[in-house]
Amino acid sequence: MSAKEEILGRIRSALADAPAAEDIPREYRTSSEMSEEQLIEMLVDRLVDYKAGVDVIDAAQIPALVAAKLGQASSVVYPHGLDTGWLSALPQGIARRIDEPGARLSVAELDETSAVVTSSAVSIAESGTIILDGEPDQGRRAISLVPDHHVCIVPVSTIVQLLPEAMPRLTVTRPLTWISGPSATSDIELERVEGVHGPRVLDVLLVRGL
Amino acid sequence: MPAPGMGNLFEQEPFPQAAHRELGNTQMRKNLRHATHTIRDKRLRVVGELPDWEQLRDAGSAIKNSSMINLEERLLEFEKNFTARGGVVHWARDADEANKIVTDLIKETGSTEVVKVKSMATQEIGLNEHLETQGIEAFETDLAELIVQLGHDKPSHILVPAIHKNRTEVRDIFLKEMPVVDPDLTDEPARLAEAARKHLRKKFLAAKVAISGANFALADTGTLGVVESEGNGRMCLTLPETLITVMGIEKVLPKWEDIEVFMQLLPRSSTGERMNPYTSLWTGVSEDDGPQNVHIVLLDNGRSRVLADKFGRSALNCIRCSACMNVCPVYERTGGHAYGSTYPGPIGAILSPLMTGIEAEDNGSLPYASSLCGACYEACPVKINIPEILVHLRGDDVDANRGKRKIPTQMDLLMKGGSWALGKGKNIGLLEKALPLGRLAAGKSKKIKKLPGIAAGWTQSRDIPAPPNKSFRDWWSDEKESK
Repeated sequence: MSAKEEILGRIRSALADAPAAEDIPREYRTSSEMSEEQLIEMLVDRLVDYKAGVDVIDAAQIPALVAAKLGQASSVVYPHGLDTGWLSALPQGIARRIDEPGARLSVAELDETSAVVTSSAVSIAESGTIILDGEPDQGRRAISLVPDHHVCIVPVSTIVQLLPEAMPRLTVTRPLTWISGPSATSDIELERVEGVHGPRVLDVLLVRGL
Repeated sequence: MPAPGMGNLFEQEPFPQAAHRELGNTQMRKNLRHATHTIRDKRLRVVGELPDWEQLRDAGSAIKNSSMINLEERLLEFEKNFTARGGVVHWARDADEANKIVTDLIKETGSTEVVKVKSMATQEIGLNEHLETQGIEAFETDLAELIVQLGHDKPSHILVPAIHKNRTEVRDIFLKEMPVVDPDLTDEPARLAEAARKHLRKKFLAAKVAISGANFALADTGTLGVVESEGNGRMCLTLPETLITVMGIEKVLPKWEDIEVFMQLLPRSSTGERMNPYTSLWTGVSEDDGPQNVHIVLLDNGRSRVLADKFGRSALNCIRCSACMNVCPVYERTGGHAYGSTYPGPIGAILSPLMTGIEAEDNGSLPYASSLCGACYEACPVKINIPEILVHLRGDDVDANRGKRKIPTQMDLLMKGGSWALGKGKNIGLLEKALPLGRLAAGKSKKIKKLPGIAAGWTQSRDIPAPPNKSFRDWWSDEKESK
């Protein structure tokens, strides 16, 4: 008998006397009534708590803010679907590297790149979570991981209050990365410290009118 | 009864004996007290923020119950969907089989090094030790696991395995064991985290094979998820060419929407955060993104045995958040090593004997490692009634031992005596006549300091005050007469 058959057989006999499954009560909150301003305020509060940098801006301010955030960087990687207008104010000295199908950057190249700029798919205000889904304006998972500084654009129209409200906006079979602040650890004395293996600096630009 | 689990699931000596030794480590007790109290306060704060916390717990519990009851269907559905997306599914009856599957998969790649994301399942099967015998070096990348591995130590907590070490002890381990380390390293947690980053960076960038566990599998899409904080998980799940995940069969959830419940319950219950820094979800192979050679090993190792126990079945609902150990008065004092098994604390005290059978090694002593105060049940995000299962398992332990001895034990005699005394008012009245004898035994200090036989355990760390001159019943009837 194969391991699979044997395990499934064990499960079957283990459950021979089990009652039928009960109905699942889903009485938790699945919708909210927050205004756009309240959503922004809540998300900012959570992200600041996680020690992320946060600015609330208008679409026209993106190039200037991106340039300001990347002032110290020597190079930046961006996914091929990103609006390159967002990088238009970057100083000449900062090398720009595009990551695109057929011309992927190697892990070593990413390691030598100081920052990354991506967009995002949906954000959850209540938990301060930004979800990337690998769309062309967010790119492969590796590009938002290896560089030490992540500048992430969050269109205000993509913010919801509750996690259950974010679910219909996601395709789960895409590679998903949920980000809630810069990398952190609670492993020493259960106290949170920011900055381990993932990007140690996370700057979030919440953009109105996008 | 289905086959028992093997691997690191055993208490090697009776719990009271192990606890007694661990209690002598005052530094560890201080560290644990500090850490568990920190996390309790944080957890209460973030749980209190959600007006629907109890509704989420109800949903989480019901989703898990329904998944367990239809487990065969769910696993087959998961297998079909994961396979359709380019993943390969393996089945392992027990720890040995899982270790062999993983070893063979690594050998096929030609690699002799692997990076690992913290995983309870691989801890349980003793994968690292097995790989070492096969000439494969496994590098733990979670900070706490790294501390344990570098310190040649054993994990003592399922979420923060190095919880028994404080910052100064961690610094000393790093200074002694890291090949390249700043000799001026301080014990600031931020500096220690930075040292770990430097130590592991090259490993991540060069790794060809990664091994992970999984926090959940979604049956209807074939998706796997890993919940983490540091980014070491993302490194392992994203950069290598080959990814091998070892997961217990109970981790499968029916529908992908179900994670909306568990991703609210888990982070708040485990690290006391509104959300953990990083969660990764992947479905088989994603073209052009991440590992292209993706495997999962579905592990039984005693889980079907837990499923067969209708009173203990719900122990499989555990999402490994560790809230139960953080609130447990026993765990807080003895630490995790006293439980022997990979799974310590209240959940370990039920899970280990359920997986291995109550009669295996000293696992029969684990269900007694509790005062039955119920704090664990209250904290459990999926409402596992741990105290009830503990009592059920104590019954199993007594039953398992009863047949073994011809001569009745002191406990048997005590129970018989108790049954006689408490069976009739007359009998207990008769016994109460002996109360003055107790006063005599207590002597001038009015304290009984040592009881004989197994009752000595009671007086090991406390005195018994001298009994009163007469019993309440006698006093009552005297009062009535005098009126």
